[in-house]
Amino acid sequence: MSALLKVTDLKKSYGAIQAVGGVSFEVQPGEIFGVIGPNGSGKTTLFNSMLGQITPDSGQIELKGENVTQCGPMELNRKGVGRTFQTLQVFGKMTVRDNLIVAAQEHQGTMFSRMFAPGDSGLGAKADALIDRFRIRHVADKKAGELSYGQQKLVDIAMAFMSEPDLVLLDEPCAGVNPSLVGGISTLLKDLNRQPAGAKKSSFVVIEHNMDFVMDLCHRIMVMVEGKVMAIGTPEEIRGNKQVLDAYLGA
Amino acid sequence: MKKNALIAMVVSAALLLLVPQFLKNYGIYLLTYWLVFVIATMGLNLTVGYAGQKSLGQAAFFGIGAYTVAIMLKAGISWWLGLPAAALLCFVVGLGLGFPALRVQTIYLAFATLGFNTAAWLIMRNEEWLTGGTFGINNIVRPGLFGFSLEGNLAYYYLVLAFAVVLGVLLLGLLRSPWGKAFTALRDNPIRAESLGVDIRNYTLLSFAIGAAYAGVAGGLFASLVQFIEPAPFAVGASIMMYLMVVVGGPGYFLGPVLGAAVGVVVPEWLRDVPGVADWYLPLFGAAVVLLMIWLPEGLLSLPDRIKAKKQAKEASAARMASAQAASKSGTSS
Repeated sequence: MSALLKVTDLKKSYGAIQAVGGVSFEVQPGEIFGVIGPNGSGKTTLFNSMLGQITPDSGQIELKGENVTQCGPMELNRKGVGRTFQTLQVFGKMTVRDNLIVAAQEHQGTMFSRMFAPGDSGLGAKADALIDRFRIRHVADKKAGELSYGQQKLVDIAMAFMSEPDLVLLDEPCAGVNPSLVGGISTLLKDLNRQPAGAKKSSFVVIEHNMDFVMDLCHRIMVMVEGKVMAIGTPEEIRGNKQVLDAYLGA
Repeated sequence: MKKNALIAMVVSAALLLLVPQFLKNYGIYLLTYWLVFVIATMGLNLTVGYAGQKSLGQAAFFGIGAYTVAIMLKAGISWWLGLPAAALLCFVVGLGLGFPALRVQTIYLAFATLGFNTAAWLIMRNEEWLTGGTFGINNIVRPGLFGFSLEGNLAYYYLVLAFAVVLGVLLLGLLRSPWGKAFTALRDNPIRAESLGVDIRNYTLLSFAIGAAYAGVAGGLFASLVQFIEPAPFAVGASIMMYLMVVVGGPGYFLGPVLGAAVGVVVPEWLRDVPGVADWYLPLFGAAVVLLMIWLPEGLLSLPDRIKAKKQAKEASAARMASAQAASKSGTSS
């Protein structure tokens, strides 16, 4: 099976500081891949490169065999990369339902044809299905900005799945979320991975500080330290890796 | 709610059609003036209120539209060709003004557009061969339609009303299509919008271009309304006034400009005629705007939403109170 995402020898420096110094890994179709590492280990820079927010100095990112190293965020999204944000990023003045619809409408037709498309772009049923899955039916017609933090977090994650992406990058999905909802998000993500919202199966890449969450959710985990890969393996392998324990988990 | 909206529509249509019949010339003129500004600020509402691009250059487009129609009329070209030309020219120039918005936002974008307005105004004032400079262009005629002259104030009012209604319906259609959501997404969170495949570059540029085209049509209608144009009404101050109309009415509310333009055009004129207030109408108007911004920073049309939100909060707290009481009661009885 060919890899869905293939990152080869990625490097990015800011002045004299090398944030990411030659990182390589692959993500298989349907896989949940975790990225962990202490603060300043280059996780965010790696993520931003994969999302087209920044252009790496060297190295290559391939999505489904296509070189996407130079692509911007919009292009990447249209090629099948969805994402969630570490901080809340919903459209506050739109209803939850409209937030979900706008998350997929630009994947249909052309700009010109969308001018004459129905207001919900025919995505109403799909949005409703995700609303039910995320159990946010009771707030579906409320403005997203009026919801609680946890509810907005759920909307944010649901938005990433509206366009049936091949790959979803989750940037600290548990940041600021209360412990009871952490479990809920974990269950949701596992469920979405097993039983996708659309026809396609999505792979996930997750950055998260909550160890229990990562160990429980991910199929494989990559540990980054000082811009380099220290280890890649299953949660059991990572737990048993002495080097990792010393550098990170032992702390 | 649907029924109420229908009734409101019928009543406003009747008012707009019938009231001018009972007004003197000045009243009709003032209503037409108001409609012209409704069109211009409708466009600005798209740029500022829906797409969130802080533009202080709308009066420049208003002027470009007015001069295009006036100059083409002088060259013997039909008004009915001049007006679309004005809209098209403003669309293209508006597209150009959108480019700075791809690099700078908020107050910096406001300054950039302000600079554009100043430059446009200087061209209107200094290029006498084209614009007549400070002497302006006079004897601008009003158009005819199917052999009917629209020279009379009442006839011209109905023409402007027709334009306002058609342009309003077109804008409403656009805002109800997926474009409306894309513009709002761009305003609320451009980074998130981009990550969802929204082409923020194209939507930014088009929000400027379409808004500018509306100002161009309004400018053309304005030229034939006042029949004499010179650079003053297209200066930076006018742009700020239009921005104010959008903000007062409620940016991002479809009917905001209707109300905002009324406040910006009709209220000052009306205050001017009230005995005893005549000398004070400008400070009074200014003070009213300041108070409005303190109490209703999201504009007049945000008032119903505010009341609704307050009512909901009240109900929610009452429900919490009731459930707390019920809980304590069941606690004591058991």
